[in-house]
Amino acid sequence: MFDRLTEKLNSAFKKLRGRGKLSEEQVKDGLKEIRRILLAADVHYSVVKKFVKRVENKAIGEEVLKSLTPGEQIIKIVREELQELLGGQREELGLHQHGPTPIILVGLQGTGKTTTAGKLALHYREQKKTPILYSADYRRPAAREQLRQLAEENQLEFYPEQYEDPRDDLPELVEYAENKSLNPVIIDTAGRLNIDQPMLEEIGDFQRLLPESRVLLVIDGMMGQEALQVAEDFAGVVQLDGLILTKMEGDARGGAAISAREVTGVPVLYIGTGEKAADFQPFHPERMASRILGMGDVFGLIEDAEKAADAEEQAALQERFMKGKITMADLDKQFDQLKKMGPLEGLLERLPGGYQLKNQMQNQNFDARDIDRMQAIIRSMTPEERENPRMINGSRRRRIAEGSGTSRELVNQLLKQFKMMKKMMDDLRKNQGMIQKLSSGMGMGGFPGL
Amino acid sequence: MGLFGKSENKQAEKLKFALGKFRQGIKNIVPGLGGDFSIERLEAALLSSDVGLETVEKLIQPLESGQDKGDPGEHLRKQIIEIFHRAGPVTLQISDSSPTVYFFVGVNGSGKTTSMAKLAHNFDKQIIFAAADTFRAAAIEQLKKWGERLDLPVISHQKGGDPTAVVYDALEAAVHRQADFLFVDTAGRLHTRRDLMEQLEKMYRVTVGQKSNEPTESLLVLDASTGQNGLQQVRTFAEKLPVTGIILSKLDSTARGGVALSVVDELGIPVKLVGTGETLDDLAPFSPEIYCDALLGEEF
Repeated sequence: MFDRLTEKLNSAFKKLRGRGKLSEEQVKDGLKEIRRILLAADVHYSVVKKFVKRVENKAIGEEVLKSLTPGEQIIKIVREELQELLGGQREELGLHQHGPTPIILVGLQGTGKTTTAGKLALHYREQKKTPILYSADYRRPAAREQLRQLAEENQLEFYPEQYEDPRDDLPELVEYAENKSLNPVIIDTAGRLNIDQPMLEEIGDFQRLLPESRVLLVIDGMMGQEALQVAEDFAGVVQLDGLILTKMEGDARGGAAISAREVTGVPVLYIGTGEKAADFQPFHPERMASRILGMGDVFGLIEDAEKAADAEEQAALQERFMKGKITMADLDKQFDQLKKMGPLEGLLERLPGGYQLKNQMQNQNFDARDIDRMQAIIRSMTPEERENPRMINGSRRRRIAEGSGTSRELVNQLLKQFKMMKKMMDDLRKNQGMIQKLSSGMGMGGFPGL
Repeated sequence: MGLFGKSENKQAEKLKFALGKFRQGIKNIVPGLGGDFSIERLEAALLSSDVGLETVEKLIQPLESGQDKGDPGEHLRKQIIEIFHRAGPVTLQISDSSPTVYFFVGVNGSGKTTSMAKLAHNFDKQIIFAAADTFRAAAIEQLKKWGERLDLPVISHQKGGDPTAVVYDALEAAVHRQADFLFVDTAGRLHTRRDLMEQLEKMYRVTVGQKSNEPTESLLVLDASTGQNGLQQVRTFAEKLPVTGIILSKLDSTARGGVALSVVDELGIPVKLVGTGETLDDLAPFSPEIYCDALLGEEF
């Protein structure tokens, strides 16, 4: 979508390429497209309206930088403003140094509170904290059982309910945590509607009973315009300390975060990116701004890659790469790591221009199973063949095709691709400057000055 | 909607009540809506109800170009009702030979299990539940609790088992026990998870896909508060199995469920049921006319 955006903006500003000031008319034309993008990303209508006005005021009369086209200049302003709207910089939730910090997760039904509770606990344990989980959800059938199982699977502390009303559990829960030096105390609550006043007031009670607590609102990343109202209603009964955006591994843009932040003024702290307990990331406004504009999330991608990769193996691979000694076995390992990072489409979408890539892939019917096929081919080779694919002659190709249950065409194709890849790497190696250019280009989404 | 054992008027009242809340919502967001008509106000009303951008443009274009003369509200209402009618009947299918199989699919947290329990409660029939969500922690326990509450048998395997095997066994059990219906509760999955979508395709293909001449329902449960992404959600599910209807869940919230209009418009899949509240009775057959009133306000 981003590619389409820049294309549209650039064609609108063709005549003005690289000089002069942005005129009112040009800015308005360009912002029409921005408005569409934001609405398609589920940013609330009223927030979009205000936002577009603000960018308009900022952009009109602005000197176009030498290095940018007017279209790029507008996107630069939009991106900066968007990041500002998302909170500017990353913010952390402080924990108490002495005594337990209760963290209460609240939200509508089905936003992913229970899963998030488990993720948050795991996240704190990774930071050498000692979290404990407690479920105050007495409404949804088996909700408590779900959290208990999550705790058990991840060897996390879990406090079982003692009384029927969760409010009665709270004093003893905190005392328990205090005695055992557990911090934070993560409290999962029942999902509730933002118009269910008695249920909302229950959270108010929690907060009053636990004055030291932090309350986090969990919002479904696929949510539409309603996010604004929901956040406003929750903020009306409790003092919110932060937001968590869930289900962000999909292709939703997560504009709900902007709406919710705008009305509550509290920061988005984390995003959930999958069903597994480890699929959880700190929220970064600049990355989210890129994502909403469809510019990809290269940083998040790199973080995930680092999480999935074995550091030692990566270093060894890098060395072989530098010496030009990459083999089929290395390729096989890379595929394994790629698969660890989740579905391929999700990865692609986080690259700048990834939407186009994804479409191309779908047009060519490429899918995750192609990776399985390629791995089957590689694994049907002898170790010598993997080291030195050039020795793979006709009869070896036939054997490999049969052994992997594929075809000779596919084997040929893989060998050809490997050869090309090797040549590209050799060229890159010979030209270190090129590597730098490539990596910096990626980080900036291909845009100078962004 | 003869399937509903409860009074149908009561169901219609429920729907009206639930939608009434979101009608009020529109008025709050767009002050003066209905007082004096303007294209911009109308666009605002539709967009802030989560109607998809393409559908909004399509609805507004004839009014904007002046192609439509006369009462703009009346034209719009006609267009919307037409979209719904094009999608075909909203009634639920029943096979000639028992059991009739209903699949409940959707993304995580959309309300599949709850919707299924509500439908079972509203049917005066012999139903068996298949616990095909073998992935999420305590999903099987959750369904078993519903089974106890509704006094219906639940066929389940271990957590982490093959969901297709569960459906297969449940189908056999349903035939053996001569149940009228088999309701299959599937795991929530984001439509972007290709592996899980393929698992769903397989689950459908090797069980009910075999008896292709029998009508079955694959009901996609769609959270009424879903944004612009909802269309892509439904589209991807429909590529994997024949989605025969939408259950628009959680309409008792302040969400306006405009996403449903786009789904029907662009994909031609009818909305069949609407979740209108938290109790077991809160499920109603869908009515385009009432929905239209709610979306636009009665003034239009």
